[in-house]
Amino acid sequence: MDLSLIIENIGIYIEGLKHTVVLVSVSLFIGLLLAIPLAVLRTSKNYFIQAPIRAYVYFFRGTPLLVQMFIVYYGFGQFEAIKASFLWPFFKEAYFCALFAFTLNTGAYTTEIIRGAIEATPHGEIEAAKATGMSRMLMLRRIILPSAFRRALPTYSNEIIFMLHGSSLASVITIIDITGAARIINSRFYSPYEAFLTAAVFYMALTFLIVFLVKKLEVRWYAHLRPQETATVEARV
Amino acid sequence: MKKLLIAVAVIALVCAVGTVQAKDWKKVRIGVEGAYPPFSYVTPDGKLEGFDIDIARALVNAMGAEIELVAQDWDGIIPALLAKKYDAIIASMSITEERKKKVAFTNKYYNTPAKFICKKGAIQEFSSAALKGKNIGVQRATIHDRYLTDNYGKDVTIKRYGTQDEAYLDIVAGRVDILLADSVALAEGFLKKPEGQDFQFIGPDLTDPKWFGIGAGIACRKEDKDLVELFNKAIVQIRTDGTYKKIQDKYFDFNVYGE
Repeated sequence: MDLSLIIENIGIYIEGLKHTVVLVSVSLFIGLLLAIPLAVLRTSKNYFIQAPIRAYVYFFRGTPLLVQMFIVYYGFGQFEAIKASFLWPFFKEAYFCALFAFTLNTGAYTTEIIRGAIEATPHGEIEAAKATGMSRMLMLRRIILPSAFRRALPTYSNEIIFMLHGSSLASVITIIDITGAARIINSRFYSPYEAFLTAAVFYMALTFLIVFLVKKLEVRWYAHLRPQETATVEARV
Repeated sequence: MKKLLIAVAVIALVCAVGTVQAKDWKKVRIGVEGAYPPFSYVTPDGKLEGFDIDIARALVNAMGAEIELVAQDWDGIIPALLAKKYDAIIASMSITEERKKKVAFTNKYYNTPAKFICKKGAIQEFSSAALKGKNIGVQRATIHDRYLTDNYGKDVTIKRYGTQDEAYLDIVAGRVDILLADSVALAEGFLKKPEGQDFQFIGPDLTDPKWFGIGAGIACRKEDKDLVELFNKAIVQIRTDGTYKKIQDKYFDFNVYGE
């Protein structure tokens, strides 16, 4: 164990940490924005609305993230049509390619998570909403989505963590994220143990942060489920 | 419990015998890369081939031993040697001071200079100013990576790849402007192929021993001094009996051994 080489090169890891955080948070954010309408549409009974979303989810859940990233990064670069188009300045950048693949990937998983939560909405809630005369949009906004988000949160926190860990694949296409930093240190000093252990510590710290934040959110969102301290119990005695 | 103890003892004995036998070098496991044409590459039907592979076979053959090839990604190739996944690396590894801290090298088995390539006409005259701000691709953990990082690290964007093949894909796609690699690997593995025809060498032959070492050698673990000696003898033997020239002529039309 030679920790001095990690301390001397901590700057590379910090740089990598920045890239990991940006990649993961941006792709999770856009992926979530994408997933909410898709999940709602996915519950539609219209086949022509439902089918393309199913196909999208099926493709991105059915193939490994690494393969998706290779298709975008190396695959798209093969076509002259793409290279000649206005899209190329984006796809030329490894960063954009990773973001693109990550977003679509997490979007697919999140769609499925939210769809499941929407479909598990208790009938009573919907009946009550209908009885008060809510329109479909209002019902979605006030009743279905808020209750679906609450149910989806624990599963979605898993998705956040999976995405963080999956982002280590970005190092394969020249991006220097936390894993990329570890690979540089490993290749320069031939000390894989120190290099990758440091990366592991960084990932673990990030995971702790995610778990902590989700916990905070749970406390807020599940406030109504907590046992209430009321005087009614005493009063009854 | 007793049976378990006996089982453990037997396993320990077998392992011990195993290591003792390995010291006789009846069978030598060689770590190779497999993504560095023409030195080592995987053929369409999945076999390892190339100059390094043929040299490895010839050397082990000259030692009168049996060979086992182990393909290993480049950036883990030294750690895997130290972890005893194989006994020696024959993978165009340049002999450098940095690596000597970790492994023992044989004498060189070839020596060729490093060089830059770029798209034809992209850079008129080579100078360090002309490189400024460019994206330069290089294989991670190579002497070329080190040279670039040390000399141009502040002025250029370095893109590091796991294999040379990936770097070729990206210069064709236009993601990097320049590649730095071994001149022979570039010429034979890329420039002479259809996808490399729009590219050319620029700048001088780079040979500074501080970064580029004194040629490619075979890396062994430091404790296996006997194996280093066996390899050195084998190199001399294949150089004198014509095997080396035969392998060289199969891949190149010039002298790769150097002076």
